[in-house]
Amino acid sequence: MTGNLNVIGYGLAAIGPAIAVGLIFAAYISGVARQPESRGMLQPIAILGFALAEALALFGLVLAFIL
Amino acid sequence: MRLRLAAGEGFSPPTTEFFWQPLVGDGAFAFTRPMLLMVLSVAVIAPVMVFVAKRMQVVPSKGQFLTEGTYNFVRNSVGKDMIGAKEFRPFIPLLFTQFLLILVNNLFEIIPLLQFPTFSRIGFPVALTLVVFAVYHVVGMRRHGVGGYFKRMVPPGVPGWIVPLIFFLELITYFVTRPVTLALRLMANMFAGTLLLVVFALGGEYMLLEGSNLFVRVASLGSFALFVIMTFFEILVGFLQAYVFVLLTAFYIADSLAEEH
Repeated sequence: MTGNLNVIGYGLAAIGPAIAVGLIFAAYISGVARQPESRGMLQPIAILGFALAEALALFGLVLAFIL
Repeated sequence: MRLRLAAGEGFSPPTTEFFWQPLVGDGAFAFTRPMLLMVLSVAVIAPVMVFVAKRMQVVPSKGQFLTEGTYNFVRNSVGKDMIGAKEFRPFIPLLFTQFLLILVNNLFEIIPLLQFPTFSRIGFPVALTLVVFAVYHVVGMRRHGVGGYFKRMVPPGVPGWIVPLIFFLELITYFVTRPVTLALRLMANMFAGTLLLVVFALGGEYMLLEGSNLFVRVASLGSFALFVIMTFFEILVGFLQAYVFVLLTAFYIADSLAEEH
């Protein structure tokens, strides 16, 4: 069986950002559930946090391809 | 029991070579497929916007309603909310142009025959990011002066011995992390999405045409079904990434303008 160890490394590296994105949206959902009016204010913050956490996973993806 | 997918060669998954598609010429000066798509996107956006702007009516037509909706979305929920009601006006053209360009180019990923996201080649997001990079630095330096701009990177009330360290970290954030992540996020998202679609399409095709028994050939339906599902998911990703790009642009500009860090 042949393959590239980079892919396994990327799989491991993606665990962290995956948990982070889950936590961010969990907080967003419970925030909106407690106070539905706050949705408009929370949405950009949630998306911003999601984008910042996701960047780490994407770094891993790019490095898995170029290394 | 292991299924034998095929005898002989076996399936070779698509690689990064998929993204290098020169149309005319080869090498550094080739005219490539994403370049053609970028020209096409401008050729689509510009006439539509000029046409809609020229025929403004009090009672909007469908096209005007859609355009105004998009414009209002960028203006209010990105520009006004992030930069602030007092100073967001000069940045609306930049944000709206970026949003439309990125959105249309991302949707090219799933439009039949075009089916290639322009921004999966790193050169295109880098060009957009350079504009953003120049804008938020120039705006910040104009507001605070060049010296003041660097000075306000360190928050007040920090103990003296830690100031060089904080300054160094902030310098890296402003000049390396922010532009690099901004370009890389857009590129990597479109790249990963397209690669996923290509894998499902090619895998399904391979199982259907080369499968060693009936079961494998029927199972290719699953691959095609996932291809369709992921196509819809990519529409969502295309919108989300256009939104995230302008949101972060607005955030960086607002951060440069703010009195305190």
